[in-house]
Amino acid sequence: MLYREAGDFKTSYVDDSQTFPIAFDRRGYYGLIAVIFLVLPFLVTDYTVNAILLPFLIFSIAALGLNILTGYCGQVSLGTGGFMAVGAYSTYKLMTAFPDFNIFFIVIISGLITAVVGLLFGLPSLRIKGFYLAVATLAAQFFLVWMFNKVSWFYNYSASGQITAPERTIFGQPITGPQTEPWVAYLFCLVFVFALAWLTRNLTRGRIGRSWMAIRDMDIAAEIIGVNPLRTKLSAFAISSFFIGISGSLFFAVYLGAAEVGEAFGIQKSFLVLFMIIIGGLGSVFGSFAGAAFMVLLPVFLKLFFVDTLGWPTDIAAHINFIVAGGLIVLFLIVEPHGLAALWRTVKEKLRLWPFPH
Amino acid sequence: MKLKTLTLAASTTAILAGPAAAELVFPSLDYRTGPYAAGGIPFADGYADYFTLLNERDGGIGGVPARVLACETGYNTERGVECYESTKGEGALVYQPLSTGITYQLIPKATADDIPIHSMGYGRTSAANGEVFSHVFNYPANYWQAASGIVNHMLEENGGDMSGKRIALVYHNSAFGKEPIRTLNELGALHGFELLELAVDHPGQEQRSQWLEIRRQRPDYVIMWGWGVMNQVAIQEAANIRFPMNNFYGVWWSGSENDVLPAGAGADGYRSVTFHGVGDDYPVFDDIQQYVVDAGLAAGAGDQVGTVLYNRGLYAAMLAAEAARTAQEIHGTAEITPAMMRDGMEALEITEERMAELGLPGFGPEFAVSCADHGGPGNSAIAEWDADTETWSLISDFTAPDNDVIEPLIMEDSLAYAAENNLPETRCE
Repeated sequence: MLYREAGDFKTSYVDDSQTFPIAFDRRGYYGLIAVIFLVLPFLVTDYTVNAILLPFLIFSIAALGLNILTGYCGQVSLGTGGFMAVGAYSTYKLMTAFPDFNIFFIVIISGLITAVVGLLFGLPSLRIKGFYLAVATLAAQFFLVWMFNKVSWFYNYSASGQITAPERTIFGQPITGPQTEPWVAYLFCLVFVFALAWLTRNLTRGRIGRSWMAIRDMDIAAEIIGVNPLRTKLSAFAISSFFIGISGSLFFAVYLGAAEVGEAFGIQKSFLVLFMIIIGGLGSVFGSFAGAAFMVLLPVFLKLFFVDTLGWPTDIAAHINFIVAGGLIVLFLIVEPHGLAALWRTVKEKLRLWPFPH
Repeated sequence: MKLKTLTLAASTTAILAGPAAAELVFPSLDYRTGPYAAGGIPFADGYADYFTLLNERDGGIGGVPARVLACETGYNTERGVECYESTKGEGALVYQPLSTGITYQLIPKATADDIPIHSMGYGRTSAANGEVFSHVFNYPANYWQAASGIVNHMLEENGGDMSGKRIALVYHNSAFGKEPIRTLNELGALHGFELLELAVDHPGQEQRSQWLEIRRQRPDYVIMWGWGVMNQVAIQEAANIRFPMNNFYGVWWSGSENDVLPAGAGADGYRSVTFHGVGDDYPVFDDIQQYVVDAGLAAGAGDQVGTVLYNRGLYAAMLAAEAARTAQEIHGTAEITPAMMRDGMEALEITEERMAELGLPGFGPEFAVSCADHGGPGNSAIAEWDADTETWSLISDFTAPDNDVIEPLIMEDSLAYAAENNLPETRCE
């Protein structure tokens, strides 16, 4: 009925291997892109951008990055927070050292710097796997946070160790700093999210992505059929860190405006992003978005519901929030261990046949 | 049924449409959950109770009722942003972030939105320079003045000579904890004492190695810059190594009942610097008992009245209410806007006479805020804990810190901020 495939014939390989082979999906996707780029910027307010959309977009980038490494390449990492900090501090140093340099390129360069750092910390992955690698990346997390806390050069010797993003503009519109219009900040992050999601999708269905998945599924076999583990693992680390660096950079410069490494990029960030991809779905672009939405938006909506609508005391609401969010995580993982993306796939399978039973 | 739904819908829209009657909105970015809740709860209670008292006893401020808008941050900066964005549209007059990290974030945002921030005894110390920070106030005292106040008390005990003494600083490894380091180094150069820096990572439950170091190094004094669970652990550790408690000083965020009670008798004689009075021996507490507690309107569990942090919340609310009153007088209207509130804060004058009228005689220093000076005099006293009676008592008078040392540091840091953000270095006439 809704989800028709009848008459949707493919006459070329290109058509057949596209991301959205079903016309209904494809139109929905184009419609969504049109809405988020052309309609939403006119509707957003301070609150929707700063409390809902920005964290969602920025964490989507981080989740995409970690999904490349963990979901597609099978290398567990607990260093996400530390790599986000690298992105944030690179941005801060570049912004204050080169005031006239365009913020757009600063964000990208911060991503590249993080990619190099990620590459370095990815080296142990050539010798160790799984749980041991997780511990090695955990060391990266603690080392990076310690370093940004210890070396005063990173925060320009300020008395407190806080970094604050100065105002920078693109086409005369402030992107960072307090004068930023909400729609500008939203569009700026959206451009990155769109470009990086598109990049992820096309990387993962090409040669590079296939070699990542081969390493993930059985590294010995992959090596025998000619996949170079060194290049594959390190490329996954570098590209993943590039994404995470960009997300850290935006997190500091556009969303928070000021940050302190221990509080903003601590171990809890690493876990948060890891939960996002586990709940969203490992090895799926949609899953990264779904997981980010679940982990970022659920607490906000619960707060709005309990406190602003029902008028409950704030502490009770905060505790209920933990219970509900935790309960939902457990429930989702019981119902669908492969995450929200797999749940979505199942729904689509059902819709293809609906209203017939099978 | 249908009628019921209709009335429900109507009442909901009425609630959502906002208050019809005028009110003064005071957001309280508090935290009653998380690792710092022990400090967040009493402060939030005191803040809310004072406004409840004003509403019940005087019908608000200048005849307009006050409304405290609570929002739970959990001491987390992202929640803090969410709280700020969700409350600023309600006519929020002044923000008390109660977290140095959140304060740093809100400084540019609130300045752009023309809403004042009052970070009382925390936040960015150099915001005391009103020439650069137009919307941020940290009167009556800041961290650097606290550090100086502690050192002054040590000087007094040592007959003015600290040369050759060694002081260990046990600090929370965050923006807040690092604040006093530069000041203490300057003061060390001036008075000839040596500073050992020992960082404690969030949340601060693990301090064995730091105290082992203290045991090895045997410093003459320990100063603590902690918050939340870190304080209790440090005091317990100090008691374990039998460090003389009279030589152990905490900042004002490390000097509440929560911090010393767990260590029992071992905490006897522990000291902390403070910028306001302790205990509930002030006339205002009778009114609070009568109008708030007995009326069943107390915030939280109502069991915090008179504790150190409750008093601090009360003091913050009192200063906010006085600033609002000042703003009403300046602008000749009872329904003030955040911009008017800022003017009121900048013209705030607290005299001993006024504090006595409010039922808080001698509770804090006399001070007057001006356009250039948002920091106040920074007078502080030292309080000491008596484990037998479980009370804090002041062991010194409120004395002025060494502002000659602090002033240049404030100028340096605030001008660096102005340069980074292309702000004018002077805005006052």
